[in-house]
Amino acid sequence: MKEKFTNTGNKDTRSGFGAGLLELGKKREDVVALCADLTGSLKMDAFEKEFPERFIQCGIAEANMMGTAAGLALSGKVPFAGSFAEFATGRVYDQVRQAIAYSETNVKICASHAGITLGEDGATHQTMEDIGLMRMLPGFTVINPCDYNQTKAATMAIADHHGPVYLRFGRPSVPNFTPEDAPFEIGKAITLKEGTQVTIFATGHMVWEAIEATDTLEKEGISVELVNIHTIKPIDKKAVIESAAKTKAVVTAEEHLIAGGMGELIAGLLGREMPVPVEIVAVDDMFGQSGTPSQLMQEYGLTAQSIVKSVHKVLKRKL
Amino acid sequence: MAKNSNLKEIASQVRRDIVRMVNMASSGHPGGSLSSTDVLVTLFFQEMDHSPAKWRRDGKGSDMFFLSAGHMTPVYYSVLARSGYFPLEELNTFRKLGSRLQGHPSVERGLPGVHVASGSLGQGLSVAGGAAMAKKMNKEQHFVYALIGDGESEEGQIWEAALFAAHHKLDNLIAFTDWNGQQIDGPVEKILNLGNLKAKWEAFGWECNVVDGHNLDEISNSIKSAKTGNGKPKMLLMDTSMGKGVDFMEGTHHWHGKAPNGEQTEKALSQLTETLGDF
Repeated sequence: MKEKFTNTGNKDTRSGFGAGLLELGKKREDVVALCADLTGSLKMDAFEKEFPERFIQCGIAEANMMGTAAGLALSGKVPFAGSFAEFATGRVYDQVRQAIAYSETNVKICASHAGITLGEDGATHQTMEDIGLMRMLPGFTVINPCDYNQTKAATMAIADHHGPVYLRFGRPSVPNFTPEDAPFEIGKAITLKEGTQVTIFATGHMVWEAIEATDTLEKEGISVELVNIHTIKPIDKKAVIESAAKTKAVVTAEEHLIAGGMGELIAGLLGREMPVPVEIVAVDDMFGQSGTPSQLMQEYGLTAQSIVKSVHKVLKRKL
Repeated sequence: MAKNSNLKEIASQVRRDIVRMVNMASSGHPGGSLSSTDVLVTLFFQEMDHSPAKWRRDGKGSDMFFLSAGHMTPVYYSVLARSGYFPLEELNTFRKLGSRLQGHPSVERGLPGVHVASGSLGQGLSVAGGAAMAKKMNKEQHFVYALIGDGESEEGQIWEAALFAAHHKLDNLIAFTDWNGQQIDGPVEKILNLGNLKAKWEAFGWECNVVDGHNLDEISNSIKSAKTGNGKPKMLLMDTSMGKGVDFMEGTHHWHGKAPNGEQTEKALSQLTETLGDF
């Protein structure tokens, strides 16, 4: 399985965002970038250097940044507003709701350091609620790519989509394995491997963990179907339902709380359309803490081993 | 462009519209609408470069207006309708199911004249700042106007926007504060005192002037002199009286967000001359 997906070298997804933004800047005059004093952390510095007249430093004033982005968007610009995921969602939820979601402004919220892999800064800065918050907003598109290449492709793809988008990516270096030239289609799940006994739906950093889990499971003789859900909203209903109909057992994996996350979304969808047992690999109703990204993934059960365990469990529940 | 004598007539009619709309909807915010009527009438009928025929949500080729204090929809909708943005009869639908005239401004039903949803206070000045910045980037000469409330200025985001506009030298941004001294719970100075508002705006890098917000000539002159490219955003503090024009609503917070009943409406309308015909 893993042979199929060569890790071309660990890279952080935020650098994929930075590279995509720079390329977008060259392609489109209407793309502008805003940041709240985290330009280096978000890898927006290359864009700032190349297009200083289209880069807007907002200072540590995220609420104003979201309003400013809305004003630029309704005036015809395509603003990419960047901050840490916690400060781009929870801190400014009402601003995003009023001036971006409800006002249907074409703002791209670019959220780095999402999830627990933000690491040592601790729970104040780690958001595991952001997917839930953002997918509740009517009309919002929510995207959580899995590696550098996919984050770069997603960054460029959302500029062509008219409407508010939440793009979620992270801090740590993780395997870069998706093809460099793969097109990014919003809302279209990617089946990484076909199988017959169980489906794993994974998103973000958990996709690589799911690839490793699939390796282990296949060695045990379990036929796994593995699907990369990079777009959480709108979820690819057809792909989810068809795969569940085939394998009749589902495991989901994400770096987020269970509440509001992709697992709940898929469980809800399948409960209505295609009832099969579902196990959710995610964090259950707690905050994170300081530690290295890999320590924290272990501590909070966001690993290939957790996925393997959940597959064993769901197979026992299968009728 | 209207002459000042006409502005007076328009303002009287707009005040009648406000009272009637709020009465018909049995809800809404007459107090701040009445206090900011003279500013908005002067802006829309004299000082702002705009026309319904040129209306685009992106504001290209026109001045733009943002109502940050979104609860002042009665005056906003009346001024828009009487400027020709939508049929006057539509004022009958204010706050009714399915209406484009939502309780607070919104864009989802496509009401001409409205650029963004507002009413969750403190946010409109940021959006206006973004629009002003877009005009600068596009090398467009037009101005962006915004109206905020004095109570609204208790929101921290107002001061984030203030820093931002001064830092980025948005001298095409002209903002008004409807400085009527009242908010829902009582006088502003008792709820959360803003202190020396003029000194605050100046300290934040804005050019700031206090204007008699019910003197049409003074309002007009203050806007004219704000249209200068001196590198500073402008704040015009409109010294106004909440409920202006209706004696029993004047100078009190009690009519911030309360609709008059039939009898009160009659009494109010008897004080406001019908100049252009009721909707």
